[in-house]
Amino acid sequence: MARFVHAGGNIVRELFKNKVLYLMLLPVIVYFAVFHYAVMPGAYVAFVDYKLNKGIFGSDFIGLKNFEFLVQTGELWNITKNTLLYNLVFLALGNIIQIVFAIMLSEITGKWFKKISQSVILLPNFISMVIVGVFAYNLFNFNSGFINTIISGAGLDRYEFYNDPGIWKYIIVAFKIWAGTGYGMIVYLAAITGINHDLYEAAYMDGATTWQRIRYMTLPILKPTFILLLLFGMGGILKGSFDLFYNLIGTNSVLYPQTDIIDTYVFRSLVGQFNFSMGAAVGFYQSLFGLVLVLVVNFIVRKVEPDSALF
Amino acid sequence: MKIKQDSGSVFIKVISYICITIFALFCVFPFALMISSSFMNEQEIVREGYKLIPNEVSFKAYELLLSNSSKLVDAYQVTIFITVVGTVLGLFMMSMAGFVLNRKDFKYRNFFSFLIYFTTLFSGGLIPTYILMVKHLHMKDNLFAMILPAVVGAWSIFLMRNFMKAIPDSLYESATIDGAGDFRIYWRIFMPLAVPSLATIGLFSALGFWNEWYNGMLYMDSPTKFPLQYFLQRMINQANMGSLINSGAVINTADLPTQSIKMATAVLATGPIILLYPFIQRYFVTGLTVGAVKG
Repeated sequence: MARFVHAGGNIVRELFKNKVLYLMLLPVIVYFAVFHYAVMPGAYVAFVDYKLNKGIFGSDFIGLKNFEFLVQTGELWNITKNTLLYNLVFLALGNIIQIVFAIMLSEITGKWFKKISQSVILLPNFISMVIVGVFAYNLFNFNSGFINTIISGAGLDRYEFYNDPGIWKYIIVAFKIWAGTGYGMIVYLAAITGINHDLYEAAYMDGATTWQRIRYMTLPILKPTFILLLLFGMGGILKGSFDLFYNLIGTNSVLYPQTDIIDTYVFRSLVGQFNFSMGAAVGFYQSLFGLVLVLVVNFIVRKVEPDSALF
Repeated sequence: MKIKQDSGSVFIKVISYICITIFALFCVFPFALMISSSFMNEQEIVREGYKLIPNEVSFKAYELLLSNSSKLVDAYQVTIFITVVGTVLGLFMMSMAGFVLNRKDFKYRNFFSFLIYFTTLFSGGLIPTYILMVKHLHMKDNLFAMILPAVVGAWSIFLMRNFMKAIPDSLYESATIDGAGDFRIYWRIFMPLAVPSLATIGLFSALGFWNEWYNGMLYMDSPTKFPLQYFLQRMINQANMGSLINSGAVINTADLPTQSIKMATAVLATGPIILLYPFIQRYFVTGLTVGAVKG
């Protein structure tokens, strides 16, 4: 930045000299300028009493009132807690399952089995969350859902899944893991196949069993990847998975106490209630919290593993 | 060298085969259930619920969908349009940016890289974006509202840039000496060499556009502009089917096979991916590995 200020006439010369390169970069710069940087000052809407006809900067400034309200009603606490807990579970449980499956897949010798199972497990990663919502409907709906078919087939009473907030915690986590395992499994599998094979042969010569090999060689080698993915995941811990939550829960407010996350709350304040300022306040809080987390996490990573730090 | 099997390793192998088989079955099960439910007849669904193996196969849901399909066709057209335009436009923009940002003679490449990177750390949020799109860019009900916000991805640009690193500088130098301009070098030398990374990023981006529903829900007002996935979502959440398929006078909405039509629509919305999957799957695996290694 500083160089830009001081450069003065040099910039014109530089621009002219590399005009083709600047022109080639221009579309992407315009994209980021409009869809990311132009939007950032708009976060100011969180500090005003937004009136559509007055615009963001014409509306009355009310300072932290929006945030105060959110804290007082307890909404901010509930959605923050839900978001944090869900993401922690997704991260920890997701990564562990991915590692376990990657190791199991690496132990398997049947080539065809390996190929086909890998493709099948990766499949859920490529469908839209709308389809996942269809799957949930297909499995859990009261009158014709597959699970209720089985339950009533066994002579028991049908279960009203869409009326029980408690059970959706597990359903959401299960679907998230279902959808994400294939991708993570391949990332870890790549790390395992990257391990030098001589190491394993040497271990075998020394009489190590398969279990010992996994316990004392594969797992320690995967540990840094695991920690890194976990740490980087922490940065986004207040974001994401709107697709999943919205398609599974939709507008079923009975389930909100246990399934409402920051993104779904912001979305509703936009589409359902047109409460722009309140939603923007939550969104701003989310972005700021996320930024601080990334900086903290990066600081930790730089201390522990300088080569892996983001910046 | 052949590693001898101790009893523990056989045990681990057996467990691995069992667990992976079970999980793989879980992965295909919902697809199978969705497909078979779409072939069930309505009475059977109402009476007995969705089943993996229907008592009798009925094509009624598909017949109805395809014979009254103008809304479905619209949705397909919208999705194909945003997928093709979005992917091509995005690849063009991102590959040019990746090319420029790795040019060692490009003075401000670190500055611009940081500008792009920073957007992955901090964003204005949904509501300011919505206000920008609707009030200032007047994008409400414009198909490009589903393309532009997703056309470029910061990580994809960095992936392109990292890919560039593998191409030796001497290639550019000799091309420059031969009198080729920057754009010509990009188009004639870089692009042919970049095909693998273009394919990977292109497939991911195409998949993203194919699965798009969110911006469609936020910005599209006219039903003819709904993308396929959003069309499907509305259908699932709507009790009144008649409003979504063109019922006309011929069909009595009361006998519509509501349940199986939902599933048949879901099958048609997933279909192309399931059909293409065996062919593109290997690219994804390579792409994922490259992406993972390069961060």
